[in-house]
Amino acid sequence: MADLELEFPGDPQEARVRSGQNLSDVERWVSIAAGAGLALYAVTRWKKSGWLIAGLGGMLVERGSTGHCRMYEAVGLNTAGTGEDTRHALGGLRGAHVEESVTINRPIEELYRFWRNLENLPQFMRHLQSVERITDTVSRWRAKGPAGAILEWNAEIINEVPNKVIGWRSIEGSDVVSAGSVNFDDAGPGRGTRVRVRLQYSPPGGKAGAALARLVGRDAGTEIREDLRRFKQLLESGEVPSTDGQPRG
Amino acid sequence: MKALCWYGTNDVRISHVPDPKILNPRDAIVKVTLTAICGSDLHLLDGFIPTMRRGDILGHEFMGEVVEVGPENTSLSVGDRVVVPFTIACGRCFFCDRQLWSLCDNSNPNAWMAEKLYGHSPSGLFGYSHMMGGYAGGQAEYVRVPFADVGPIKVPPEISDEQALFISDIFPTGYMAAENCSIQPGDTVAIWGCGPVGQFAIKSAWMLGAGRVIAIDREPERLRMAADHGKADTLNYEHVEVFAALQALTGGLGPDACIDAVGMESHGTNVDYYYDKAKTAAFMATDRSSALRQAIFACRKGGTVSIPGVYGGVLDKVPLGAAFNKGLTLRMGQTHMMRYMAPLLERITRGEIDPSFVITHRLRLDDAPQAYRTFRDKRDECIKVVMKP
Repeated sequence: MADLELEFPGDPQEARVRSGQNLSDVERWVSIAAGAGLALYAVTRWKKSGWLIAGLGGMLVERGSTGHCRMYEAVGLNTAGTGEDTRHALGGLRGAHVEESVTINRPIEELYRFWRNLENLPQFMRHLQSVERITDTVSRWRAKGPAGAILEWNAEIINEVPNKVIGWRSIEGSDVVSAGSVNFDDAGPGRGTRVRVRLQYSPPGGKAGAALARLVGRDAGTEIREDLRRFKQLLESGEVPSTDGQPRG
Repeated sequence: MKALCWYGTNDVRISHVPDPKILNPRDAIVKVTLTAICGSDLHLLDGFIPTMRRGDILGHEFMGEVVEVGPENTSLSVGDRVVVPFTIACGRCFFCDRQLWSLCDNSNPNAWMAEKLYGHSPSGLFGYSHMMGGYAGGQAEYVRVPFADVGPIKVPPEISDEQALFISDIFPTGYMAAENCSIQPGDTVAIWGCGPVGQFAIKSAWMLGAGRVIAIDREPERLRMAADHGKADTLNYEHVEVFAALQALTGGLGPDACIDAVGMESHGTNVDYYYDKAKTAAFMATDRSSALRQAIFACRKGGTVSIPGVYGGVLDKVPLGAAFNKGLTLRMGQTHMMRYMAPLLERITRGEIDPSFVITHRLRLDDAPQAYRTFRDKRDECIKVVMKP
């Protein structure tokens, strides 16, 4: 990942996300040990097939020492327990995945504060009707579904690094299975803040989940892009531009 | 209220529509006292701009009196007499911060439409298609002005409506066209198109230190205005071969800067004009560009071609080889209005220029449908139409 050189003091989980790790610590050590063992075995046998085994061992050592498995990456698996990748939060590739970003001409702190107050989200997320705070990390979400149906679920914040990242997912057993995260990065001097959102809606989580996935489904990217545009417009200019209600012939 | 509405290609009518209301906190409502038809409105009449819808209110050059302000608008008061710029800008985004007002990120509610065509969206505009925001325009009795704390400029009482109105678009547009030429003292500037923007580009080229200004058109009254008011040398492209004439006038060097104040519905006399005309008529191209081709071809090596004329889509047979091999600089874009409004109004107040010299027709808003055709067909020596609601 390009941001490898960035420092994230005091947050090992965030640092892991940034470094591209997708393996848990236990799996890393097992990988290193098994790889070293294989390599040793191959070298001591000194046969033609030994080179193949030694190579495999070397790959396992590399995988363990970097914490990044190319094969896991290819199939979308992640055992590192990071809150940023919503695929992990929902345990796979099910449902609709979206990743969108926008650059906003406001300080990180302001944007983070606005978003962290989840009750603000319906101001720019069009399909949301309300988000109600239950505890500091648990909230009740209501969305407008197809044909006027109202979908409701509870979500909890599962990862939170002030002024960097907020990750959330629906609480186990909810009708709607969804997860999301938002990252905030400095876009450089005079350039404001880069905001990156990942969202996942997973249809197997029940009927309502399927309805919501259909709602955002095919055009989920467009939907989130327009949500982020409204977020930017609201935070930069104080309003969302509109012509609804103007006269015409 | 009464408003001029677009109902299709060659079909604009006066309709009775509801009065506009405040929709957003930074809005204001302006009661229009004077409005104008812009050359770029003719592209709408002719159906050259996509994403127009039946019933859209046209007009982006207007001024008037503030009659209502939104709760977050702290800079305007009811009763203020203002000129409103044709571009709408939030004043707080990356682009507004850098004075690139016509590229404002937050004023186009339909930005996604423009992004499909252009990759990124420019600012919203009044009365200029849904792709540019779908805002109701100023050829009406009342207009809702979004972000009214940024755009509108107050007019001193000693300046008349006719003197102030063109601060809304064509004076700043002509001025930016000349400024984009990076004129050095003594430079020769050639200007294609002696419509109102061309006339203001001529005036502005002198203001910025040009040594000679050459104006190119075929309408005698426009060339006359360029000569009488603009003190320009004039070329009628129906009577002379423009490239040869420019070579002769500049001792074979070519003009230091060339301005295309014509845009995408250019007329010409060469074979390329008929090629473009056939292609656009068959919907195989969207824009015609005889003037731009000539400007690129005639410009001296290392010179600048500045384009205030509006282009909307894709262009065919642009001599990029000439532009590249002569090391030309091409500059263009919608006018960054708020850079120019205050300093140019200051020049008007000081009496350095009276922009009302371009007006040839003073009419009522009710006459607008006919006025569009008169202006488009360049009948009755029409150069600029202003209308009172």
